[in-house]
Amino acid sequence: MLSFLVRRLLQSLAVIVVMSLLVFVGVYAIGDPMAILISPQADQAEIARISAALGLDQPLWRQYLTFLKQAAAGDLGRSFAFNTPAIQLILERMPATMELAVAAMLIALLGGIPLGLWAGLRPDSIAGKTIMAGSIIGFSVPTFWVGMLLIMLFAVQLGWLPASGRGPTTLLFGVPVSFLSLEGLSHLVLPAANLALFKLALIIRLVRAGTREALQQDYVKFARAKGLRESRVVGVHVLRNILIPVVTVIGLEFGSVIAFSIVTESVFGWPGMGKLLIDSINALDRPVIVAYLCITVALFVLINLIVDLLYSALDPRVRVSGQAG
Amino acid sequence: MIVTTGQTPWQRLLADYGDSRIAVAALALLALILAAALFAPLVSPQNPYDLSQLDVLDARLPPGATSGDGRHVYVLGTDDQGRDMLSAILYGLRTSMLVGVLSTLAGLAIGLTAGLIAAWFGGWLDALIMRVADLQLSFPSVLIALVLLAVLGQGVDKIIIALVAVQWAYYARTVRGTALAERNKDYITAATGLALSPARIMLRHLLPNCLPPLIVVATVQIAAAIALEATLSFLGLGLSITEPSLGLLIANGFAYLQSGKYWISFFPGVALMLAIVSINLVADQLRDALNPRLQK
Repeated sequence: MLSFLVRRLLQSLAVIVVMSLLVFVGVYAIGDPMAILISPQADQAEIARISAALGLDQPLWRQYLTFLKQAAAGDLGRSFAFNTPAIQLILERMPATMELAVAAMLIALLGGIPLGLWAGLRPDSIAGKTIMAGSIIGFSVPTFWVGMLLIMLFAVQLGWLPASGRGPTTLLFGVPVSFLSLEGLSHLVLPAANLALFKLALIIRLVRAGTREALQQDYVKFARAKGLRESRVVGVHVLRNILIPVVTVIGLEFGSVIAFSIVTESVFGWPGMGKLLIDSINALDRPVIVAYLCITVALFVLINLIVDLLYSALDPRVRVSGQAG
Repeated sequence: MIVTTGQTPWQRLLADYGDSRIAVAALALLALILAAALFAPLVSPQNPYDLSQLDVLDARLPPGATSGDGRHVYVLGTDDQGRDMLSAILYGLRTSMLVGVLSTLAGLAIGLTAGLIAAWFGGWLDALIMRVADLQLSFPSVLIALVLLAVLGQGVDKIIIALVAVQWAYYARTVRGTALAERNKDYITAATGLALSPARIMLRHLLPNCLPPLIVVATVQIAAAIALEATLSFLGLGLSITEPSLGLLIANGFAYLQSGKYWISFFPGVALMLAIVSINLVADQLRDALNPRLQK
């Protein structure tokens, strides 16, 4: 187990270094930041002074080495546009994105497991078929358009919920959150539901397939033969066995929820990391783009690592040995 | 089990496909959408990108309104430039479909080659190709495409490159999996015994037997590519305003949503949804029709 852990950690580190190089070189190719940083009236000496101050006059490999050295010390560069450390900008926005992502995951889980169970237990009923048809639509329709429909219906036509922004935040253990005040919660509902939709469809299908498979298994037949109540058969014997794939998918999909929050945040004007990324791309704010991607890559690698470890802990059949490749 | 009916494989596929009425309806809808996209210049009431045909006085008219000169009716309303939405949607559908199909075909070609090479030669080449694919698949496609477009800039060619880069890994993985299972079968051993060249074995013997799962993946991917392109264009990173796709039309109407002028973004969105749902339904039925285990 230990050697597996060490090897996995080394792999993760290698992925982060490779990705940071790719991102750095790639982002370097985006336009010339000097063009937007300097007023058109600036003379040659002024341009040279500013590009020297930002390190843009150095060759690319040296810029990367400087970046790596500073990154190791927790400094991912200063935003050109805000003139504050890029990492600080992103960390300031992170709670908003995380709150949105967690809320979306909760909606997907609390809605998806019961609906999936229902569709799996009664696959030929009208409700079961409707749930499945709904999940196909949930898969098919692009997130941003659903977001717009939600705004159209609940904000413009009905006027029940606000269309954009985060509303007032309350401090919870020093982290600003929206869900503790009614006003904040009303801002959270629409974007969270929007972001949840795709995962909701995924969890419904996963739980439905798992339920149908579990119902054929001997342990369920045996539980029924013992004369257990149906609620106990479903609630304990079926549910426990379909939770393993669900837990894995939640872990793996959490990264993609954070990535897709870029879209939802743009639609709902939610002040998170994703909106910051889009704003930074439009403003050619290279350090923020690089910092966002590095943090996201690190986050993804971490999530994958945790899922791998959890999986081997949850399911004895895939328990990893130190020798196996 | 021996199939004794005189059906060709194509006839059998057609018969299997026809089992589901929803799937047949989806196929008809898809054919209609493709025809509309293909013949957009012939069927649309106006050329939405010929500025001389637009009248700014007709801007933001609701669906069913008559144009200022009283000559035609804007069935789906007009946008902020006085452009007929129906025409804009037909042209937008054309761009979206083109991007979806082209990027899928290019991604398929690259992924297919990479997957076959990985499966046939194995060893370090296999390891290299599959590690790159794994690395890529561990990140959401929207993030990868976003970063690529940020680097490349706007345009049809750029977005196709980004979508190809996102898609190839799916095909490479699917082909490799199928090819590995196929290469141990007797017909490949026989072909190797005849001392045929590796290229011939791969293309004439291995490839045709790897195609069925690929067709399904590719169909699903066309829908995914169209949705991803729309998303990227909506975020302002995909296509430029001179080549509007459905995503760009929706983004364009977003600004007017709050003032109740829903039609500018609503109808392009409906067109986008119909296109994606019909493709997905067709893919779903193809998966069943091509699956030998479900054959009667």
